[in-house]
Amino acid sequence: MTPTRDHKQTLRHGASAGWPICLGYFPIGLALGVLAQKAGLPWWAVALMSVLVFAGSAQFICVAMLTAGASTSAIILTTFFVNLRHVLMSSALAVYLQRVNRAFLALYAYGVTDESFAVNLTRFREGGWDRWRALIVNHLANAVWITATTSGALVGQFVPQGALGIDYALTGMFICLLVFQLQGRLYVFTGLLAAALSVVWYLLIPGDSYIVGASMSAATVGYLLKRHYRRGR
Amino acid sequence: MSFSDYLLLFGGMGLVTYLPRALPLLYLAHRKMPQGLIDWLSLIPVAILSALLAPALFTDNATRSLEFGKLELLVAVPTLIFALKTRSLGGSVLVGMLLYWLGGMIY
Repeated sequence: MTPTRDHKQTLRHGASAGWPICLGYFPIGLALGVLAQKAGLPWWAVALMSVLVFAGSAQFICVAMLTAGASTSAIILTTFFVNLRHVLMSSALAVYLQRVNRAFLALYAYGVTDESFAVNLTRFREGGWDRWRALIVNHLANAVWITATTSGALVGQFVPQGALGIDYALTGMFICLLVFQLQGRLYVFTGLLAAALSVVWYLLIPGDSYIVGASMSAATVGYLLKRHYRRGR
Repeated sequence: MSFSDYLLLFGGMGLVTYLPRALPLLYLAHRKMPQGLIDWLSLIPVAILSALLAPALFTDNATRSLEFGKLELLVAVPTLIFALKTRSLGGSVLVGMLLYWLGGMIY
C-alpha cells in the first residue's frame, strides 16, 4: 500500500464520520452569522470569531451579550464557564491519546467540541480509530463552521427581521443540547434547580451574573446530593 | 467596535476556550483527576444550559419580570418533545425555528 493511498483512506474515514456534524453545523452556523450580522457585527468579525473561538454555544452567547450591551470582560468570563465542560471531554479523550506528542495534542485540542468529542470518543471506544482520523473530524467540522458562519454574516443583510424564525435558532439548539445532557435523575434535578435559581437570580440581581451564579450553585448542590447518597449507602 | 476591540474580545474568548481543551490533554493525560472534580464538572453543562434557557423562556427581558405566556415558552414545549424523541440537533433547531416563525404570524 502506498502512503498516498493510506492518506486518502484516512481522509475518507474521517470525512464519513464527520459529515453528520457538518450537516448539523451548517444551518446553525448560518443562523449564528445572520444573528451576528443583525447585532451589528461585520462579516470579518464573524470570521475572526469562528477562527479564534471554535465554540458554537459560546459564540451565540457572545452575540446575545453584545446585543444586550455586556462588557468584554463579562463575555470572556461567561465564555470561560460555558466552555469549562471541555475539561471533562479532553480528559476523557486523553485516555486514547496517550504518549502522543505535544504538538499534535495542541492542534487537536483546538477542535474539541461537544459534537466532535461525542463522535470521536464513540469511535475510539469501538476501536479501529486513530488520532489522524479524529483530527480530520475536528478540522473538517471547523472548516464547515467557519464557512457557514461567515456566509450567514454575508447573506444576513438580505434576510428580513424575524424571517424563518431565525431568532429561535439559539433557543432550539440549547433545548436539544440540554436533552443530550439528561443522563439520569441527578442531571434532571440539577437542570431544574439551575432553571429555578437562574430565574430568581435574573429577577433579583441586575447584570448577567445569573448564568454563572445559578449554574455553579446548582451543580454544587447536585454534587453534594450525589456525595450524600453515595455515603448514605 | 473597532478591529482591535473585536481582536481583544475574540482573543480573550479564544484563550479561555482553548486552555480548558488543551491543558487536560497536555498535562492531565497521565495523571488522575480527583473524582469530586469530575463529578462536579459533569453537572456543569446541564446547569449552564438550564440557566441560559429558563430566564429567556419564563421572564420578560424588557421589564425583567415573570411571564408565563411567551411564544418562546409555547414553542419550547414541542421543540423539547421533538429533541427528546429524535435527539437530532439540526432537526430541533429547524423545528423550533419553523414553529416560532409560524407562531409569530398567528400569536
